[in-house]
Amino acid sequence: MKTFTFAAGLFLATGAVTVAAAQEVLTVYAPDYFVSEWGPGPKIEELFEAQCGCDLQFKPGELLPRIMLEGERTGADVVIGLNTDVTKKARESGLFAPHGVDLSPLTLPLDWTDDVFLPFNYGHTAFVYDATKMEPPASLEAMETLPEDVRIVIQDPRTSISGLALVLWIKSVYGDEAGAFWEALAPNIVTVTKGWSESYGLFTDGEADMVLSYTTSPVYHIIAEGDETKKAAIFPEGHYFMVELAAKVAGSDQPELAQQFMDFILSRDFQSMIATGNWSFPAALPRDEWPEGFQKLDLPEEVIFYSEDEAAALRDEAIEEWRRALSR
Amino acid sequence: MAARALPLIAGAALASLTLGPVAVVLLRAGGLGALAPGDLAALRFTFVQAMISAAVSVTLAVPVARALVRQRFPGRAALVALMGAPFILPVIVAVMGLIAVFGRNGLVNGLLGALNLPLVDVYGLHGVVLAHVFFNLPLAVRMLLNGWQAVPGERLRLAASLGLSRGAMWRVIDAPVVLRVAPGAFVVIFVICLTSFAVALTLGGGPRATTVELAIYQAMRFDFDLGRAAALALVQLALGLAAGLVALKVARGEGFGAGRDRIVPRRDGRGWARGADFAWIVAAALFLLVPLGTVMTRGTAGLLLLGPDTFRAAGHSVAVALASTLLCMGWAMALANRRGELLALSAIAVSPLVLGTGLFLMLRPFVNPFSMALPVTALVNALMGLPFALRIIVPQAEAVEADFGRLRASLGMTGFAWWRLVWLPRLRRPLGFASGLVAALAMGDLGVIALFADPDRATLPLQVYRLMGSYQMEAAAGAALLLLGLSLGAFVLLDRGGRLADA
Repeated sequence: MKTFTFAAGLFLATGAVTVAAAQEVLTVYAPDYFVSEWGPGPKIEELFEAQCGCDLQFKPGELLPRIMLEGERTGADVVIGLNTDVTKKARESGLFAPHGVDLSPLTLPLDWTDDVFLPFNYGHTAFVYDATKMEPPASLEAMETLPEDVRIVIQDPRTSISGLALVLWIKSVYGDEAGAFWEALAPNIVTVTKGWSESYGLFTDGEADMVLSYTTSPVYHIIAEGDETKKAAIFPEGHYFMVELAAKVAGSDQPELAQQFMDFILSRDFQSMIATGNWSFPAALPRDEWPEGFQKLDLPEEVIFYSEDEAAALRDEAIEEWRRALSR
Repeated sequence: MAARALPLIAGAALASLTLGPVAVVLLRAGGLGALAPGDLAALRFTFVQAMISAAVSVTLAVPVARALVRQRFPGRAALVALMGAPFILPVIVAVMGLIAVFGRNGLVNGLLGALNLPLVDVYGLHGVVLAHVFFNLPLAVRMLLNGWQAVPGERLRLAASLGLSRGAMWRVIDAPVVLRVAPGAFVVIFVICLTSFAVALTLGGGPRATTVELAIYQAMRFDFDLGRAAALALVQLALGLAAGLVALKVARGEGFGAGRDRIVPRRDGRGWARGADFAWIVAAALFLLVPLGTVMTRGTAGLLLLGPDTFRAAGHSVAVALASTLLCMGWAMALANRRGELLALSAIAVSPLVLGTGLFLMLRPFVNPFSMALPVTALVNALMGLPFALRIIVPQAEAVEADFGRLRASLGMTGFAWWRLVWLPRLRRPLGFASGLVAALAMGDLGVIALFADPDRATLPLQVYRLMGSYQMEAAAGAALLLLGLSLGAFVLLDRGGRLADA
């Protein structure tokens, strides 16, 4: 045990040195990808610290489970990166306060009036394919009759937000027939992964011709790699809308800094670095101000979205239909 | 007195650190939750895949290990060390390596395609078993090797001078080694495969291949149903413990008698047996090393893309690995008996997710859990490594006890003198191997750190995931290669340390 105590002391000591500065600290919980050196986190930190004179600290990891575990004693002042499919649980926990931000600058493809959860970026669930290997199906319905040799990887709705969005997407288009859709698609599904990273890795390695991802995925390849062969198949039935949200923690001991951060989210500074920082569409920036690669993207005309109550009510049924059809 | 108290304290600490977190989660949940549809199917799949994976790993390990015992050839030591590498690879890296070999665009299908043969598909139960055998075959081989190496040279000389036939050699020398080591190896591998879920999901091909650990993940992270998570964790624990009880009953513990620790070459690996042995060695080496090779080739270019974040993460991983190893080995030496082993087995059969959550809840009232991310990771990894360490150490510890116990009694040795003069020198090899394994495992573990992650305290496996999440697949491959190098380095260094005097 001595070793452990010693090691613990060592880490605590090194930790203490880095936060020695006597500034006020704003703690923001964010997803892992968000705070990595390639994510938008470092840039946001730099921009916000310049205007608040405070120390913005991102704490990455699982968002909602952690907040729920911590309850009212949470160390977070703001949470960024929540998804609509978990907001019901988050709202019912009573841990979040109204954001008080003017929503008129929003440029989302649908109306947004939520007074607790503030959108900062969005995308749509889409099947991304390799244009050198296949012709895209023209519609969701055409996915049912794909040639046998087209291989698809998707994410598990029980472990991944994008996987959950997919089963809700199918549920919203097919209703009670969702199970039949899954049975028709099953022969093409090579495998199901725990999260998006594994799926996308399989796709870029050539293990699959199509992967469940986002309408914005191709733009990464266009801008960062000059590769225009990865495309999102656009379906007339519409695409499931995915939006990422921020919320202020009700019990925050830095309410003013937290509010300042919430206001910062819809500002031009913040919004204009979302596109290439987070590879998604900014929530409050007109289309003509998006980077060029983004403007060229094919976008769905129809957007599908469940309110959190609808999503919560349908979730278990949609997952169970998926599970049963793919377990055969 | 002190010598008696130590195992008790170590045992109590272990029990409270494993069962405590589960109890805390249960308390927080306000009781056990009901199981969901599909949980029974998940339980069945978990059990079946773990049984098959463990059985195949141990069965294949017997001829491979015996071939390595019987044959001497240049590069043998390096091969043995390298073959241990799959076990210590982070899951995602290993899966990508396997897919590069057995996937659609993999080497095997390339070869089959060129020969106009039907292609193979790696996804399904067989894919899960393939991956688990890839991970665990080396572990079983090394455990068996250690068992064979404990056979005194005097026995082999006697066998040679009596001119024993191959069949007789098997009955007199080899079968007892296998019977003594294999059941324990089977249990450890069975229990590792119980808690696996990333492999099962990626290579399983769909929800058919759902494991209990996935259901725990869903209950914990998605539904925030702690009661159901705790209930599932207890089911998993019961399964692991039942397997442990059965196997430890089956395993036989007597030693081969004392010898003078001379290395005596075996004489029964000649003629056609020599050919068969080399066939086994080559097959195992290809199966284990080719996927490793692909991980290396893919990562080389990515090495240049690595930034300071990644190197800092690497430093954290090394520190965690060191702390875990020291803690785990201290524990292992205090608990090197069967009761201790069963206790340790329960540590790994508890879901790492539930363990991490419980520790989080326990620490929360006293310190900021974020600042404890690395110590907690080190602690959990020491717990997770303990069953392996004990499984490697216990058979030999028992043999030493059986062979030298009377000597101790007749000389009236003190506990410390016994430990220093007899125990430690005789267990040098398993101790080195075990600490190498624990260090490497701790280096590659992702489980707990994800829950406590702090940007300044990421470990290397977490960094690999972050890079993938930011579309940086090439840099992720580079970071994975760095991780492989560090894990393998730690393993080889410590393992060699244990074998220094053999040369």
